[in-house]
Amino acid sequence: MTATLEPTEAPARIEPRDVTFKIRRFIPETDDDPHWEEYVVSAYPTDRVLDALMKIKGEQDGTLTFRRSCGHGICGSDAMRINGRNRLACKTLIKDLGTGEITVEAIKGLPLEKDLVVDMEPFFAAYRAVKPFLITDGHEPTKERLQSAEERAVFDDTTKCILCAACTTSCPVFWTDEQYFGPAAIVAAHRFIFDSRDAGAEARLEILNEKEGVWRCRTTFNCTDACPRGIEVTKAIQQVKRALIFRRV
Amino acid sequence: MQTHRFDVVIVGAGGAGMRAALESTKRARTAVLTKLYPTRSHTGAAQGGMCAALANVEEDNWEWHTFDTVKGGDYLVDQDAAEIMCKEAIDAVIDLEKMGLPFNRTPEGRIDQRRFGGHTRNHGEAAVRRSCYAADRTGHMILQTLYQNCVKEGVEFYNEFYVLDLILVERDGRKETAGVVAYELATGAIHVFHAKAVIFATGGYGKVWKTTSNAHTLTGDGMAIAYRRGLPLEDMEFYQFHPTGLAGLGVLLTEGARGEGGILRNASGERFMERVAPTIKDLAPRDMVARAMVAEVREGRGAGPDKDYVYLDLTHLPKEQIEAKLPDITEFARTYLGVDPVTELVPVFPTAHYAMGGIPTNVETEVLSDNDTVVPGLYAAGEVACVSVHGANRLGTNSLLDINVFGRRAGIAAADFANSHDFAPLPEDPAAYTISLVEGLRSGAGGERVAAIRRDLQQTMDLNAQVYRTEATLKEAFTDIQELRRRYRHIAVQDKGARYNTDLLEAIELGFLLDLAEVTVVGALERKESRGGHAREDYPGRDDVNYMRHTMAYRIPGAGDESGVRIDYKPVTITRYQPMERKY
Repeated sequence: MTATLEPTEAPARIEPRDVTFKIRRFIPETDDDPHWEEYVVSAYPTDRVLDALMKIKGEQDGTLTFRRSCGHGICGSDAMRINGRNRLACKTLIKDLGTGEITVEAIKGLPLEKDLVVDMEPFFAAYRAVKPFLITDGHEPTKERLQSAEERAVFDDTTKCILCAACTTSCPVFWTDEQYFGPAAIVAAHRFIFDSRDAGAEARLEILNEKEGVWRCRTTFNCTDACPRGIEVTKAIQQVKRALIFRRV
Repeated sequence: MQTHRFDVVIVGAGGAGMRAALESTKRARTAVLTKLYPTRSHTGAAQGGMCAALANVEEDNWEWHTFDTVKGGDYLVDQDAAEIMCKEAIDAVIDLEKMGLPFNRTPEGRIDQRRFGGHTRNHGEAAVRRSCYAADRTGHMILQTLYQNCVKEGVEFYNEFYVLDLILVERDGRKETAGVVAYELATGAIHVFHAKAVIFATGGYGKVWKTTSNAHTLTGDGMAIAYRRGLPLEDMEFYQFHPTGLAGLGVLLTEGARGEGGILRNASGERFMERVAPTIKDLAPRDMVARAMVAEVREGRGAGPDKDYVYLDLTHLPKEQIEAKLPDITEFARTYLGVDPVTELVPVFPTAHYAMGGIPTNVETEVLSDNDTVVPGLYAAGEVACVSVHGANRLGTNSLLDINVFGRRAGIAAADFANSHDFAPLPEDPAAYTISLVEGLRSGAGGERVAAIRRDLQQTMDLNAQVYRTEATLKEAFTDIQELRRRYRHIAVQDKGARYNTDLLEAIELGFLLDLAEVTVVGALERKESRGGHAREDYPGRDDVNYMRHTMAYRIPGAGDESGVRIDYKPVTITRYQPMERKY
């Protein structure tokens, strides 16, 4: 069978324009403090912010430093503060940032290392602290463990996390209290606490019940707004809080 | 310079590296070196699934899977290796489930399975549901699950350590493995890792091309390092172009979209795959689909203002099915092209995706220094390696399978080797080559820029060594590469600092890409036939008499751009399937 449906209207050709980037720079070997630098780069409206940063690095200033890998929002390397909001540079298109200048700075709340690069170790340490792995008891089945589609759906949202730190570094509590686990670690705990195959909920809830744990969250929803994967982070945190109160999952 | 000692050093923390680490860490003192953070690895970008004949939803068995893999690979597959992979696939999937991977489920609560390109029932009768999946983020879930288990097992990671050299020493007239040399991104320090066994799991080199599904970091480091140390690279002319990259961008849209019922259409809406593969149509293997798409465009039936792409049509599928089974690719199309797959056709075109070739290994993942000599202590697994389970064209989902099966094998084999051997002595000055490489580039004062040379390389490869090749286009690419190598000698790195010097590392990576582009093009020039992912328009047929053999490319030593490529061949292992015409 050969369908003959109407092809979609071809998009109109688009032209590049000069875009001004204000980037917060910091070179540890020479700078005492970060400072802003301006770059003008020719970019298409459909270009990613990452494309523009790479163009600046490649053509204007090789010292501009940032992390990047996959380029399409899957690896979590390039979370940055773009026009005052945490986003992935590879998932943010120029056209979605208005027509003014675009500001880019490192994510906040983690030690600044160089330009847009921060020390990720405290972030991963919080992740590791919540036992982010399946804990089981009883005999191992010879085949797979059974799980219904409904049981799996309960924690589907929190399996999407790519550990980019956009949520954690947008959280005002995390900025002021470096002991707080932060949203991403709680998302990781949620992913296992609500997995019907897991038997480690009690241990994880105990960890999250401590003073640096889940109770510091003041539900400002910054995390949910920042998540490039569309995870309902605040909702997940609330579900963990409720589980702590009622001690059942 | 710092020196570390480990029984086993694993280079790369994608699926293969971490699967190896889980085995090796239990048995021997192990370090994993990655130039990223483990969860940034490109395994996470894989979408559609991992095939195994679980037979959870319909009749299936590993022998059918083996046959499909061999036929899909256009008979260049080493059949003993494919048999092992397809047999061990079943346990590999179950292992991941037990580690916590949230597979989609059947109504009975078992692991669900869906159709995928080239995977068939009973030797080609019809498409079979064999791919185990987690929505369209199976690779993400594999990467996360493996990392989570590495956290659980206390695997020791060295994050943002770029391995730039492999230390091989001569003892009793043969090469032995003594470790690797790494560059620490944060400080610029050089580290020597003295090891009894080394596993390369560094992935592919898609950044040789402009249009690619690959990450910016996929620069073939492991392959190029091995090649520079005199080891051969196998079948590098066989590179896969995935049919459905987002047009103009190359961002991957899973074949699972067609597994769920998606259809490819040309500008007039025709389902052109009906003409090419009447039985399994849009689920033909990737090489055939990619060629058909390019043919549509060349013959004027492409869509868009420049008639340079075709459409992926999902509009006949229920919205709920698209959003439940294909949420990520739906978002990619919406984000990057402003197209909603639920109601609109998605512009797609082939994108450089996967290296079938790589560092030759046997089925124990031991690296070979010629057709059959093992390099003691050196292992490779995943895309960096060529076992060869993918032959001339890899079937969809078999890469996630490859990394799990051979990653596991590499971890066990390397640890066993380390437990029964002493350290090979380090040479006098083990970091000499790395230091001269780094300092040479850092102090370079020429006028050439990394980004410009890389752009020119990617352009010539897209133009001349893509889905279709001819002697003329390949010669053009070869000439361009020689010129780019000359320019590369005059490269200037602007960042002279020690800390987080990504400018310097991009220059080193570009050197790797240039080497690998040359090997790819020379292999393609020498293979005067069309097979799997290597389509020569001037030699359109498969030639089993002259080319039913693997290509083995060796570096002819020489200073800088004076080096060259020597081509040799290696027989294909055939166990039960004699080559036949490939029809679907």
